[in-house]
Amino acid sequence: MNPFRRRNGRAPVLAMITWVYVLWSLLPVLVAVRISLNSGKSRSTFQSPSFRWYWGDPVASVWHDDALHIALSNTLKLAVMCMLIATPIGVAMAIGLHRWRGRLSNAANGLMLVPIVTPEIVFGVALFLVFTQVYVGTPDGLTRQLLGHITFTMSFVVVIVRGRLAAIGDQYEEAARDLGATRMQAIRLVLLPMLAPAIFAAVMVTFATSVDDFVISSFLSTGASTETVPIKIYSGARAGSTPALNALATVMLIVTLAAVGLAALAMRAMSRKGGDAADMAAAGGLAGLTG
Amino acid sequence: MALAVSSPARRRNVFWATFAAPGVAWLIIFFLVSVYAVMAVAFGTVDPILRTTIPTWNPLQWDFSAMGKVLDRVFSGDLRHVFQRTFTFVGLSLLGCVVIGYPVAYYVARKAQRSRGLLLAALVLPFWISYLMRMLAWTNLLQIDGYVNDVLRWLHLQNDPRNWLDGDWYTVVIGLVYGYIPFFILPLYSALERLDGRLIEAGRDLGANAFHTFVRVALPLSVPGLMAASVITILPMFGDYYTNTYLTSGSPKTEMIGNQIEYYLRGSSQPQTGASLVLVLMAFLFVLMVYYLVTTIRQQRAAER
Repeated sequence: MNPFRRRNGRAPVLAMITWVYVLWSLLPVLVAVRISLNSGKSRSTFQSPSFRWYWGDPVASVWHDDALHIALSNTLKLAVMCMLIATPIGVAMAIGLHRWRGRLSNAANGLMLVPIVTPEIVFGVALFLVFTQVYVGTPDGLTRQLLGHITFTMSFVVVIVRGRLAAIGDQYEEAARDLGATRMQAIRLVLLPMLAPAIFAAVMVTFATSVDDFVISSFLSTGASTETVPIKIYSGARAGSTPALNALATVMLIVTLAAVGLAALAMRAMSRKGGDAADMAAAGGLAGLTG
Repeated sequence: MALAVSSPARRRNVFWATFAAPGVAWLIIFFLVSVYAVMAVAFGTVDPILRTTIPTWNPLQWDFSAMGKVLDRVFSGDLRHVFQRTFTFVGLSLLGCVVIGYPVAYYVARKAQRSRGLLLAALVLPFWISYLMRMLAWTNLLQIDGYVNDVLRWLHLQNDPRNWLDGDWYTVVIGLVYGYIPFFILPLYSALERLDGRLIEAGRDLGANAFHTFVRVALPLSVPGLMAASVITILPMFGDYYTNTYLTSGSPKTEMIGNQIEYYLRGSSQPQTGASLVLVLMAFLFVLMVYYLVTTIRQQRAAER
């Protein structure tokens, strides 16, 4: 916060543009949610409310259609596993890179940053080729998708946690060391609790990125049993489909928002300053990258 | 050297390097080797009888003939239009992001008062909504009996309902702007938020009006943020193949580079052509990627000093 900032100017035009933008960015999604509650087959006009596409329809609803079921459970499996594996490796890497000095460290830092600027299609193709040409022994389908998701999200964890490390500084850990803690104790008892909000932000980002991923999952998918929710949404809309697709997307949306909300609450409880807005923003857009 | 090995500073460095080691190993195994595999396939050979790809791992034996053919197609052959179209789509979409996104980021960062927290939450919210769900929403809205046509008729802007999902370029551009603008606004917001308000005040105090202060002070100061936001938006847009396919039911009129890459790797099994196209795309994006890496590393250093 800049204490010298003066916010006296009113800007009615800017305000209007901003609110129109917010409406434009969120309204379509609300419409999609509403269509998921449609009683009829139309995906464009709403007739009357029902839960037909969630569980009412005995064939095509999310509850009864096996293909939609599988997509949902695949997506959640991938996201949870990805979160559990990418976060610890990424946190350790952030702590290491923060202190480690020298030419090798610079190279490692560069290697960590490159995946962030690599377009997803390059990622997808590279992983597809490495699994078909080099690591041919890796079980195909979910295992490969999981390895891909972890590789794709790990750098996000590192960047978020590193931003926090830079903000904390070294003095707390030094104080702990002066008071007799070993290096590992200082990390475990001092550094990790202070990093907690950033770690929660990183957990949210890995979860949401994995849930959202389409390109990597799709390149490494081997058919119906390894489809995820985004793949289902993508392939489903072309073949004349029903609002069950909207219902599937809505279920996923609710799960993601619930997970993010829970993590945000936990973060608030743990963060000493109470609800760190900067961490939230960084988590959201990885704006931390630029700041 | 023998002395340095046992020095505490050196030991400490090894201690921290151990922390980074699992992540570094992971990225070497699954990222670096993967990208190298793309090169090995692109510069490798194809079995003359079985038509299977044989990657060449030794760079001294790389064969550039396949790449030459792909480059010919990109610069003077059938792929030229696809590349031109991709650049046009990305350029127009970036323009849309700047025109809509800059005022929004500026307002939330510097002008909004009581509504600031709420607006910030609204800017972050799209990140938690699946990209394809946001596109799904548009396929609902833009259908021939969809709400967009209803609204246009109600406003008397259009009499006959039209099918927006028929392969028109503007549907794709609107889709791309809608999809990527959150990635543009948030980094720009954080840059504008940190802009030194005293400089803007100085501009006003020294007699410039609001417009001139903006053009001469605030805008130039926000150029680095604008660049970073643009790069982070453009890079994924260049590799996008699902937005256009999804919003135009796969019409060839809106085909982008990503579609060709996906086709050669998944649709037909010609991974060598696909891998070559990936390398061409990366060559085009190289400058942007390096720009982003260099500025990020500079900021990291500044933050840790």
